[in-house]
Amino acid sequence: MKKFLIPLGLFLVLVGFLAVGLTRNPQEIPSPLVGKPAPAFALATLDRSAPPFGPQDMRGQVWMLNVWATWCVACREEHPLLVAFSKVNQLPIVGLSYKEIQSQDMPSGSKLSPEDKLQRARERSAQWLQRYGNPYAATVFDLDGRVGIDYGVYGVPETYVIDQKGVIRYKRVGVITQELLDAQILPLVKKLNAL
Amino acid sequence: MNFPGIKRLMQGGFFMLAAAAVATAQSKEAEPSAKEPLIEQRLIHISEELRCLVCQNESLASSRAELANDLREEVRLLIRQDKSDDAIKAYLVERYGDFVLYRPEVKPLTWLLWFGPFALLLCGVVGMALYVRQRQAVQKLAQPLSEKERDQVRALLKNGESP
Amino acid sequence: MIVEIGHFALILATCVALLQAVLPLAGTMLDRPRWQALAKPTALLQFALIVLAYAVLTHGAVTDDFSIKYIAGHSNSLLPLPFKVAAVWGGHEGSLLLWVLMLSGWTVAVALFSKTLPLAMVARVIGVLGWVSAGFLTFTLITSSPFERLIPAPADGRDLNPLLQDPGLIIHPPMLYMGYVGFSVAFAFAIAALLSGRMDAAWARWSRPWTIVAWMFMTTGIALGSWWAYYELGWGGWWFWDPVENASLLPWLFGTALIHALMVTDKRGGFKAWSILLAIGAFSLSLLGTFLVRSGVLTSVHSFASDPKRGVFILIFLALVVGISLTLFAWRAPKATLGGKMGLVSRESMLLANSVLLVVATAAVLLGTVYPLIVDALNLGKLSVGAPYFNAVFVPLMVPVVFLMVPGGVAHWREARWAELAHAMRWPALAAVLVGLGVLFFSGRGTWLTAMGMALATWVVAGLLHQIVMRMQKPGRIAPSFWGMHLAHLGIAVVVVGITLVKGYEVERDVRMGVGDTVQIENYSFELMGVSEVNGPNYKALRGEVLVNKDEKLLEVLYPEKRRYFSSNMPMTEAAIDSGFFRDLYVSLGEPIEGERPQWSVRVYYKPFVSWLWYGSILMVLGGLLAVSDRRYRKSPAALAA
Repeated sequence: MKKFLIPLGLFLVLVGFLAVGLTRNPQEIPSPLVGKPAPAFALATLDRSAPPFGPQDMRGQVWMLNVWATWCVACREEHPLLVAFSKVNQLPIVGLSYKEIQSQDMPSGSKLSPEDKLQRARERSAQWLQRYGNPYAATVFDLDGRVGIDYGVYGVPETYVIDQKGVIRYKRVGVITQELLDAQILPLVKKLNAL
Repeated sequence: MNFPGIKRLMQGGFFMLAAAAVATAQSKEAEPSAKEPLIEQRLIHISEELRCLVCQNESLASSRAELANDLREEVRLLIRQDKSDDAIKAYLVERYGDFVLYRPEVKPLTWLLWFGPFALLLCGVVGMALYVRQRQAVQKLAQPLSEKERDQVRALLKNGESP
Repeated sequence: MIVEIGHFALILATCVALLQAVLPLAGTMLDRPRWQALAKPTALLQFALIVLAYAVLTHGAVTDDFSIKYIAGHSNSLLPLPFKVAAVWGGHEGSLLLWVLMLSGWTVAVALFSKTLPLAMVARVIGVLGWVSAGFLTFTLITSSPFERLIPAPADGRDLNPLLQDPGLIIHPPMLYMGYVGFSVAFAFAIAALLSGRMDAAWARWSRPWTIVAWMFMTTGIALGSWWAYYELGWGGWWFWDPVENASLLPWLFGTALIHALMVTDKRGGFKAWSILLAIGAFSLSLLGTFLVRSGVLTSVHSFASDPKRGVFILIFLALVVGISLTLFAWRAPKATLGGKMGLVSRESMLLANSVLLVVATAAVLLGTVYPLIVDALNLGKLSVGAPYFNAVFVPLMVPVVFLMVPGGVAHWREARWAELAHAMRWPALAAVLVGLGVLFFSGRGTWLTAMGMALATWVVAGLLHQIVMRMQKPGRIAPSFWGMHLAHLGIAVVVVGITLVKGYEVERDVRMGVGDTVQIENYSFELMGVSEVNGPNYKALRGEVLVNKDEKLLEVLYPEKRRYFSSNMPMTEAAIDSGFFRDLYVSLGEPIEGERPQWSVRVYYKPFVSWLWYGSILMVLGGLLAVSDRRYRKSPAALAA
């Protein structure tokens, strides 16, 4: 009576999936932007005199976009690695300062003007980078987080590798580790540069 | 004497006194939190079906996380631009993937999910019908003998000793 | 020192559980009555040891022994005493100890209430329960011992999660676990039936009361969880289709199917194999729920801190228990004989339809819950399955189940005729249609969904009233199980009314309020009198004072709070609720808003008939109680045979 084996069969299939599920992390979301052009933006940079900066300015080279903020504790963890990395390799890193000024920074009952916010963000970031090292070829400020939304940012730090034509080739959510650099990022960069 | 406690009590009391004073001066009908109720209605409707990406398992409508606030603001912007519900959902899926939808799209990947239960129901109904038929077939075999069949049996038993 | 005694007691209990698992079963296979008779004493000894271990852990919590790692992680010296006691099951390790304690308790209950059962049957049932217990105890000792020490002991504990610091925690998990674990008894009876080869009506008759009691606890646990979420989370929701909630709904659905299928197996000898399968399934779903909640494979607001290593262990245990059971089923169940005559339209076929629908509903909820995992495991991406899916699929499946309550009660066993049935149900049908049309055309915002919900509830209530009236006109004593059935079905109708009306007519106002501002909903007005700072034993809070007027007359003052506990920085909303028979008024205080005058974000809800969800659940449980109290479950075998 083969039909009596059906419950067992279905159960074993379920167990199989659950077993594989144990090896996965349900919180990790793959990005749908890999393989798509990096969304354009034009944001103010750390340098007050410089014009607004965007991904179009990086055309022709492979580069890395690192989303960070001074309030981000995990960013501090990966920062030394980025600093070391920036010194050794030819890969330029652009820092995207994400929502540097938070709601708790603004005293209640008053509002900061956009210029004031940018000013404060520049000061804080400059201080932070001076203290911990500056790996960035350029630092841009996404104060309201809208560019972050365009890039599908949901938690800092996040890092992207973008190719010469401006297409996103890799996205990492979370800190960059040495293993990731060696195993995934560097080989990818090498491959892209060879094209 | 509990000094910190007394201090707190006095602070609380002063607060309420001040509040009462203000109250008598400016009492009115509370404004909705949202500045544009019509947009807000659409926002609630759409964001109830979207997922808060930084929460453990909450909808965009109910979450108070920072990113949720930002994304709701983004949806408000899109509503003001007269985008349709589907267009707004597509906008977010473009950036965050299918994960952001609480109502999975109906596509080959989710056919099993959407049609599976009803297919199973069909199997159940068919199975039930077959089972009932099987039970009735068994019953037919167990029917009591008719008078004629009874006579035949008696005749056989009388004439033959074979088991 | 005491802590080590607790640990040792647990180790001893595991050994005794293994004896309980092996000896009685071997006794039935080798025909040694002396070994079979060891079932009861080993069960009692195991229980005593586990009670000792549990008492030790509770003692540690109550005396603030932070050298115990688990207590340090989940309790705090400032925690009020009742919560210290409840903290024992507030985390993974302690809750497992509670699970094991309850399993042992149910086993002892079976041992004590089985005087009318043959020794071999008792031996098998207790033996199977011994295996389950041994597995859980081993899992607890190896991966999740609550008795691990923390040296040096910290000065104070990390505190119980503020969300759990609520009376709901004291009662919801224990009720739920009693349900989960309770289904193990029906499971053990089913396995015993398979092992002995005797799958006739007897095992069904013995299992019925146990199953109903487990179902009662499960219903209570789920309803309490829903009620707790409603008043604790601050935004008036009461069911979110969260994986952990689904994990409790799955065994409940199967348990309901099992109760109905067992009726047929008991009275008519039909569905033998099907009942056994449902009994195995209900407990398997309990175990699956345990896995889903503690392994980290699914994201949920409720899940315990997850550890993949624990997940592996639970999965192996689940695979063994269920795998062996289903293999045994595939081997032995085909030998079960078919039941007696069964017509296409009959009480049996209605109950069969009930089973099919509930199993499909269970499959739908299970599919929706694990689908993200399946898609991820196949490397096809990540997707979410949330409330919109479950509502769309589950509700249409449950409507026929509720509908069938009426014909199921009216139809005769064996054979019923369409014409007879239709004639018997004409009054409920008329009442339902009238109510449906009334809602659709005469109530302000009546949608067809609201109309259908009310029509369905009217159908059930009118149907059961009609049946009661008809039955009372006949001579003879009415068995408690008759009342129990109708009371439980009435409970479901009440829940349907609650869900239909709350979803159809609730009003939410999300406003910013300064002192003196008012909000108006229906004929109620809410005025914010002020907001002050208050101190609690382990938190600081903003407390609002809201004056509620009905028809211009003072009704009540509500005090919604926003608390910040010292131990975590998570702000907690304590909503203020004015609960009534026909409606709840719900006020939730939010964050202060920056502006010229002080304002706060406030949410005010008008929720009609939401309490009917809980009232209905109580009726369901009472119905179960009546059904179990039927004297036929307490008669001796001689009296039953007579």
